[in-house]
Amino acid sequence: MWEYSDKVREHFFNPRNAGPLEEANGIGDVGSIKCGDALRLMLKVNPDTEVIEEAHFQTFGCGSAIASSSALTEIIKGMTVDAALGVSNQDIADYLDGLPPEKMHCSVMGREALQAAVANYRGEVWKDDHEEGALICKCFAVDAVMIEDVVKANNLNTVEEVTFYTKAGGGCAACHEGIEEILARVKGERPGGGETSPPPVCPAAPETAKPKPSKLTSVQRIKIIEEVLESVRPMLRRDHGDVDLVEVQGKKIFVTLKGACSGCMMEAATLGGVQQKMIEALGELVQVLPASLMPVE
Amino acid sequence: MEPIYLDNNATTRVDPVVVAAMLPFFTEHFGNPSSIHAFGAQVGKALKSARAQVQSLLGAEHDSEIIFTSCGTESDSTAILSALKAQPERNTVITTAVEHPAILTLCEWLEKDGYVVKKLAVDKKGRIDLDEYKSLLNDNVALVSAMWANNETGTIFPVETMAEMAHAKGILFHTDAVQAVGKIGIDLKNTKIDMLSLSGHKLHAPKGIGVLYLRRGVRFRPLLRGGHQERGRRAGTENAAGIVALGRACELAQAHIAEENTTVKRLRDKLEAGILAQVSHAFPTGDTANRLPNTSNIAFEYIEGEAILLMLNKMGIAASSGSACTSGSLEPSHVMRAMGIPYTAAHGTTRFSLSRYNTEEEIERVIAAVPAIIAQLRKLSPYWTDNGNCGGPAAAKDSFAPAYA
Ligand SMILES: Cc1ncc(COP(=O)(O)O)c(C=O)c1O
Repeated sequence: MWEYSDKVREHFFNPRNAGPLEEANGIGDVGSIKCGDALRLMLKVNPDTEVIEEAHFQTFGCGSAIASSSALTEIIKGMTVDAALGVSNQDIADYLDGLPPEKMHCSVMGREALQAAVANYRGEVWKDDHEEGALICKCFAVDAVMIEDVVKANNLNTVEEVTFYTKAGGGCAACHEGIEEILARVKGERPGGGETSPPPVCPAAPETAKPKPSKLTSVQRIKIIEEVLESVRPMLRRDHGDVDLVEVQGKKIFVTLKGACSGCMMEAATLGGVQQKMIEALGELVQVLPASLMPVE
Repeated sequence: MEPIYLDNNATTRVDPVVVAAMLPFFTEHFGNPSSIHAFGAQVGKALKSARAQVQSLLGAEHDSEIIFTSCGTESDSTAILSALKAQPERNTVITTAVEHPAILTLCEWLEKDGYVVKKLAVDKKGRIDLDEYKSLLNDNVALVSAMWANNETGTIFPVETMAEMAHAKGILFHTDAVQAVGKIGIDLKNTKIDMLSLSGHKLHAPKGIGVLYLRRGVRFRPLLRGGHQERGRRAGTENAAGIVALGRACELAQAHIAEENTTVKRLRDKLEAGILAQVSHAFPTGDTANRLPNTSNIAFEYIEGEAILLMLNKMGIAASSGSACTSGSLEPSHVMRAMGIPYTAAHGTTRFSLSRYNTEEEIERVIAAVPAIIAQLRKLSPYWTDNGNCGGPAAAKDSFAPAYA
């Protein structure tokens, strides 16, 4: 089975702030009994200062769900409501010295409970738009919902293309059959039974490629690459992260992710998103990879 | 404190006698049994006696009906694929909704290739309906595959009756008896069972050795083709040490089968009664009147199985669970869902599976440890309210209604 960090085990066996909170004025309930996770987060917020004075939780779930809940309450106690909303899934996972890929959803649940509790405190209604699928690619933590969305949005037809867009399938290859099933299902749903294929070599090219010169010089390419990175930076900074270009080798673009993004389970997803933008901007199939994968010579 | 192992349906400890029997086959008896010289002949003789030991435990008529394989999964795959290949005019497999993934995953894959798979439903106690079964038997059916005993609940299926019914219609019958062999009496020569799978590591032999029993005269197509080992029915140089070990383990199992159904059963019953007497909102799953003597699967409502296992593990107690988290999937065990166990209980199912190595003191320690663990986790659960009642739909005002379902 998975390895839990000592920190996870410690918070599981000795959870902080567990149990009901009588004087709570913000309560968030999230989760699903079907997949065995449910969390109630209770906040006592000082209405004058907006500081979270107490945070308690009750959790139905596995070891990491309980540990994530405990960690969340510790992190947000003493924060203002606004500051607490800046806490990311990754902050929760980092606080616990990491979570196994199968368990990252536990930290996601913590963040959602926080949003729900704050909404409740403010008299708003929080609506969850997050859908979670079965984990398909364990190497890069990509789930079925994400693969299906990307396949649909980009009209993908092969495992190779899915790997280019999402990284799923780029590791041990155990999930190729699962990816093929998703491709077959989406194909069946397409009007015309999937006859509409993107051009075989360059799935993202159709429109974006046209205005570009047929062959970019390497200076032009790097300029475009930098522009793309610039465009995603604000998004990464919101999550306390950043990205830098390290090297371009043919169709491989090596970058470093910094801050909250580096080494995290979401790194693959982040790079997948950046990669998609690169492909669109450059009009060619490229791979965006962490600099750690750069061949050493 | 010595750890307490109550996860014998997952795997068992290799009996020291079995270890001693197999060790020489890594050292002095290293020969290939197919060889003519003395090195090979010695090993060949040992395999022959191991085959006889397995034959005896299963009550098979001929020793040639025993085919050694690498595991229970291989035996299951071989049986199903052989039945389909040998009868190309038949395209249907009948099985049950609660089989081990070794059967179900293969069947789902076959469905993609156009085969028809009919899965028998089970009731709340995990029992199938023989009338429904009978109505499915027709000339399109190549094979029925039903487990003898369920690995999660221990529930026993009436496979002997089912085999008779299939036989009467000219349909082959296979049973996955991986959990049953060594725990309940089996006498294949007096049944109509055509094929049976067993796995060494469930009966105190090592991992990586299994058997497919194939009744004489049953049409067969090998899975692995190559050399003439196992009369060409399973090519590949024999796992001699594993086979010798399995033979010895079968002999021991036969000697201990009464003990399984008296001593082990009594300890299992004591454990289950001891826990249920102290813990409310908990119930045993499966057909408790008709199950393996070593298995107790208890659903603890409103808490989650992995959390229970981690707490038990801290107390040195090893068990297993049907929760989604322990399986790494998004849903709890397919066996619990097939029985219609509600999600609030299915996630908290905990399986205790004993062996003849467990002692009275161990069982008493577990009975003493479990109630506190359950209480501690329930205190954390939003579905549980302080006065000991569940925060289910009844607890109207304060009921827990999470934002996504
Ligand atoms: C009912 C059943 N069938 C098949 C298997 C698979 O056996 P093996 O691990 O030897 O492949 C198991 C083991 O978990 C089992 O319980």
